[in-house]
Amino acid sequence: MSTSAANLKLREVRGPSALGGGPRRFFDLLWLMSVTEFKRVYFGTVLGYLWSLARPLMLFGVLLFVFTKIFRVGHNLPYYPVLLLLGIVLYTFFQEATTTSVTSVVSQEGVVRKTQFPRMVIPLATVLTGAFNLGLNLIVVFVFILAWGVVPTWTWLLFPFALTLLFTLAAALGMALSVLYVRFRDVAIIWIVATQVLFYGTPILYPLGKHGFENRTYERLLMINPLTVIFEQVRVWVIEPGAPTAPDAAGGWLWLLPAAVIFVGTCVFGAWIFNREAPRVAEEL
Amino acid sequence: MPVDNTTESTPSIGRPTLPGPDAPLAIQVENLRKSFRIPTQRVDSLKERAVRPFAPRTYRELQALDGVSFEIRRGEFFGIVGRNGSGKSTLLKLLASIYRADGGSIRIAGRLAPFIELGVGFNHELTARQNVVLNGVMMGLTPKEMRRRLDSVIEFAELGEFADLKLKNYSSGMLVRLAFAVMLEADADILLIDEVLAVGDASFQQKCADAFHEMKEVGKTIVLVTHDMSTVESYCHRATLISDGKIQHIGDPAEVGREYLRLNFEGGTSARVTSANADIRLLDIWIESVGAERVRNIESGQYLRIRAQVELLRETPAIQVGFTITNVDGVGVFQFGTDSDEDAGGLTPGSRVSIDAEIDNLLAPGRYFVHFGVKRFPDNRAVVLHVEKALDFHVFGAAPSQGLVELPHTIKTAVENQGPR
Repeated sequence: MSTSAANLKLREVRGPSALGGGPRRFFDLLWLMSVTEFKRVYFGTVLGYLWSLARPLMLFGVLLFVFTKIFRVGHNLPYYPVLLLLGIVLYTFFQEATTTSVTSVVSQEGVVRKTQFPRMVIPLATVLTGAFNLGLNLIVVFVFILAWGVVPTWTWLLFPFALTLLFTLAAALGMALSVLYVRFRDVAIIWIVATQVLFYGTPILYPLGKHGFENRTYERLLMINPLTVIFEQVRVWVIEPGAPTAPDAAGGWLWLLPAAVIFVGTCVFGAWIFNREAPRVAEEL
Repeated sequence: MPVDNTTESTPSIGRPTLPGPDAPLAIQVENLRKSFRIPTQRVDSLKERAVRPFAPRTYRELQALDGVSFEIRRGEFFGIVGRNGSGKSTLLKLLASIYRADGGSIRIAGRLAPFIELGVGFNHELTARQNVVLNGVMMGLTPKEMRRRLDSVIEFAELGEFADLKLKNYSSGMLVRLAFAVMLEADADILLIDEVLAVGDASFQQKCADAFHEMKEVGKTIVLVTHDMSTVESYCHRATLISDGKIQHIGDPAEVGREYLRLNFEGGTSARVTSANADIRLLDIWIESVGAERVRNIESGQYLRIRAQVELLRETPAIQVGFTITNVDGVGVFQFGTDSDEDAGGLTPGSRVSIDAEIDNLLAPGRYFVHFGVKRFPDNRAVVLHVEKALDFHVFGAAPSQGLVELPHTIKTAVENQGPR
């Protein structure tokens, strides 16, 4: 098929890279790898998809009990259960996508060392597989949200925007972590600890606003975390239009600047380090 | 750019001829360099890096390829040979875009399918079908195209009933068959193949050999890396020998094969100049059999002739040369040399002397070494050159032997007195 003379001009080969090989091939591979992995996980076992839903649901059940019956954080918030569920499902995506990315390049060693393809496909496919899973979980969550009596508003249309931000952040972290792990094996442990800290550093268990902190300084500190901004906006857009928006909670647009800088910085760093390391990954393995 | 010089337009039977010098280039490598940095102390955790951020990071530089240049024309079957660690696998990985070169350039015409280290890189958690499609896309086909070819891949690999099995449950033979089938079906313009012909059972090997011949006939460019000289000689149009990251020889496969054998036997481990001054140097030493052909294997009892050539670097009245033959255990078998009273009448610097020794081959089957020595004569009979294991050769015979030599003999048995039945 390819034996036309036009294809057969000598072209310089520069070795492996993060993106090289043409966009069509990049997206073909990305799509194929994510779909295959998704199928492997969800059609490989009998319970398949149910297993992946079980984890966030279990966590949700336990946390709901603890924080409404024992600590009573959310007992006077009418939307606490749906908020908690949505938060957990979103955070589970973030956590699983990034932690799976950490080892993704190393576990694909056989492919990396023997074939030439755009290396960035590996962490991106891992995050994309997580996103497929999130998509399925969100169906369940939205059924729950509607059943709870939340009225759909036009701001639901903004939800995909928040998801895109979350996906971008996870992908950038996935790229950086996967390629750092090739050199530094303790990245895996460090990242597990980091995601646990981040879980509590994001308003999932506790709300911001009038039922939240009495000291505004804490809220401002939390707003440094880009995840806080995303999660808070999701809360406003999807569940509680009356809840404080991210700028409100931060105390002005200016206070969102650190989060924005961190977000952009992470993305730039992830792309930069992956691009820098990609040509040598096969040698380091 | 010369357009489409089709080699496939000549459906020749048997071995297609070498594409002419006007055939378009398929691969052009110029002054390729690649080195690996091997850290003397590996820091593989962030903790270590954080605890000692300024610890000196020292590396050992390993020059894997050092200025390699060559060209391969379209339709050529090109062999790369070399000993372990010579840099040939590095070269292959550079061609396949798995490593990035430090310097120089690689230019390739068309699509290239690699087959490296017994496999194209599979994900063992996926089924054969999924892997085949994935690999096809990695090699540059569209998923649709690869799905269309899926059946013929599975069929070639003889894996029909296992197509939906995860690869982790495959045997190594099945994996290699699948990988080989994918590579063939990927329909690339250039194939890179690393040490594969020795895998699979006899019938699959035959299938691979047929496939190779077919590819050769349709004018595919094939680069083959191997240790096996007979493969190189029977398939390749041209070959190159790589040693210490440099091209030692490039050209006729038979010649490259000989160089390779010589390198294997003499290079590094064997031949050692144990005593030499600047007076004389050994240019060449070889064994000839019938028909003045250089050989390394001689049949027991066959004519054996050791030849050598030396060059004098200083004025010398005369030289005396000698050979010692030892067996593989270092036991001396035979020693001989020129007479001590031989007088060449003074040799000027630059003169070359050739030595021609013929021996009755009474050696028992086995491996032998030839050691070579030269003395200056007559002044002080100093040993001016001694090359240990200058040469080695095999004597092969139908029956194994216990001894060192096979002396000419006669032996008879005669029944003297028949006992009672």
